[in-house]
Amino acid sequence: MTPSGGTPTGLRLYRPRVSTLWWTRKRTYFVFVMRELSSIFVAWFVVYLVVLIYAVGQGEAAYRRFLDWASAPWVTVLNVVTLMFVLLHAVTWFKLTPQAMAVRVAGRRVPGFHIIAGQYTGLVVVSGFVLWLVRR
Amino acid sequence: MADSIPLRVSRFRPDTDSEPHWQEYDVPLRKEWTVLDGLNHVKNEVDTTLSFRWSCRMGICGSCGMNVDGEPRLTCGTFLSDYEPGPITIEPLSNFPVVRDLVVDLSDFMNKLPRVKPWIIRDDSDRMVEPDVEYLQTPEELDAYKQFSMCINCMLCYSACPVYGLDPDFIGPAAIALAERYDLDSRDRGNRERLDVLIEHDGVWGCTFVGECTRVCPKHVDPASAIQRYKVKAAMETVKAFLLPRGAR
Amino acid sequence: MTKRRIEPLVWLMFSAGGVLAAVFLPSLILLFGLAFPLGWLHPPDHAHLLAVLANPLTFVILLGSFVLMLVHSAHRFRYTLYDGLQIKMKRTVAVLTYGAAILGSVATLGALWVAAQAL
Repeated sequence: MTPSGGTPTGLRLYRPRVSTLWWTRKRTYFVFVMRELSSIFVAWFVVYLVVLIYAVGQGEAAYRRFLDWASAPWVTVLNVVTLMFVLLHAVTWFKLTPQAMAVRVAGRRVPGFHIIAGQYTGLVVVSGFVLWLVRR
Repeated sequence: MADSIPLRVSRFRPDTDSEPHWQEYDVPLRKEWTVLDGLNHVKNEVDTTLSFRWSCRMGICGSCGMNVDGEPRLTCGTFLSDYEPGPITIEPLSNFPVVRDLVVDLSDFMNKLPRVKPWIIRDDSDRMVEPDVEYLQTPEELDAYKQFSMCINCMLCYSACPVYGLDPDFIGPAAIALAERYDLDSRDRGNRERLDVLIEHDGVWGCTFVGECTRVCPKHVDPASAIQRYKVKAAMETVKAFLLPRGAR
Repeated sequence: MTKRRIEPLVWLMFSAGGVLAAVFLPSLILLFGLAFPLGWLHPPDHAHLLAVLANPLTFVILLGSFVLMLVHSAHRFRYTLYDGLQIKMKRTVAVLTYGAAILGSVATLGALWVAAQAL
C-alpha cells in the first residue's frame, strides 16, 4: 500500500484497506454478519410458504405432493438451518428493540428487560394462535 | 506479576515508509500502569521518535484512542496488567488514515461534525430575549438528552464501526449521537435543520445497527441507540410529509 | 418542510417485516417446515387449510406479512452486499434486491388468489 500523493499540507497519509474478511476477525462482527444473512433464510421460507399456498389452491393431491417433497432430506436440512437463522434473527431483534426506542410510562423510563420480555410474550402468543388456527 | 511486558507497536514514517511495520519494546509492568504510561515510558526512556496523542490521562479529553489488541480503547484507561504476559499489540485507531506511528488524521470527523449543527438553535424571535437570561430546564428535561451529551469525541465508535470502515461517506455514530443530543434538548429548536442533513443516504440510513459503537464507547453514550431513535424520528417525519397537506407541515 | 425521501419508508417496512419474521416465522417453520412434512404432527386436512386461506382476513394478513417480510429480507441483504462483499454498484444492488421482493410479493398475491378461487 503506497501512501497518497500528499495532501495540500504535504501530509503523506497511509490508508489501510479493509479486508473482505473483516467480519471473521472479531466474534461480534461474525455474529452480526450471521444475523444479516438470516435475511436469505427469511426470504427462502416466505417463498416456501407461497409454494405451499399455491399447492393448497391446486387441490388435495398437490398439497400431499408438496408435503412429500418437503420431507426430502435436503429440504428438511434447509428448513432446520432456516429455523436456526430465524431464531438468531428473533433473539437479536428482541434484544436490540429497547435500544431503538425510549419508552416512558408515567415519566419513568421502562427498563429494557420489560420490552424484551413483552416481545417474547408476543412470540409465544402468536405461535399459540398459529398452532390453534392450523390444528382446529 | 512479571517485571516487564512487551509492547508491539505499529511504526510508520511517512517520508521513508510505504507501509507500517512493527517495533517491540519492553516496558515495566507496574500494577497501576496503563498502556499510555507504557508508551510514555518508551518515548521518555527508549525511543523518542515514537509519536502518539494524549493529554488528560484520565479518560475525559478523548485524545489517546488507539487499537489495543485489535480493540479501540482509550490507552489511559487500559491497564497493562490486564494483558499479561503480552505482547500487547498497539496500532493507530482503525478506519482512519495514519499520519505517523500512532497518530491518525481526524479531519473527516472534523468536517462532518459541523454538518449536524451541534449547538443550540433558536428561532429568530428569540433575539427579543435578554442575552443574559438563562434558558431554564428541569431535571427531567436534562435527563432526556444527558447520556448523549457525554461524548468526548474520542472516535472509538468510528473505529469500531464496520460501516464507516467500508464507506467513509457515512456520517458516523458520534455525529448522529450529538445531533440527537441537541434535538432532545428542550432549549433547542433546530430539529428540522438537522433532519435535513441526516435524512440523506450518508446520514442515518447507512447504519445497520451493528452495535459495536455502543460496545466500545468509554463514556456509555450509546450512539447506536441515538441512531435508531433518529431513524424512527426521520421515518415518522417522512410519513407526515407524505400524508399531510402542505399547509400543515 | 421535511424533505420527502423513500428510504425512511423502506426502513419502516424493513422494521415491520423484522417484527413479523421474529414472531410469525418460528412457529410456521416448526409446523409447515418440519412437523407436518416429517409427520411429527398430523398435517391439517386440505379442506381445513383451504378454508383458512380463503378467509378474507387471512388473505389480507398473509399478503401484508409476506410483502413486509420480503422487503425486510431485501433491505437487509442489500446492506449485506454493500458491507460484506463491498459491492459498489449501489443502484444495481438496490434494483435487484427490491425487485426480487416485488416479484415475491406478486407471487404471494397470485398464490393466495388461486387458493381463494379454489374454495
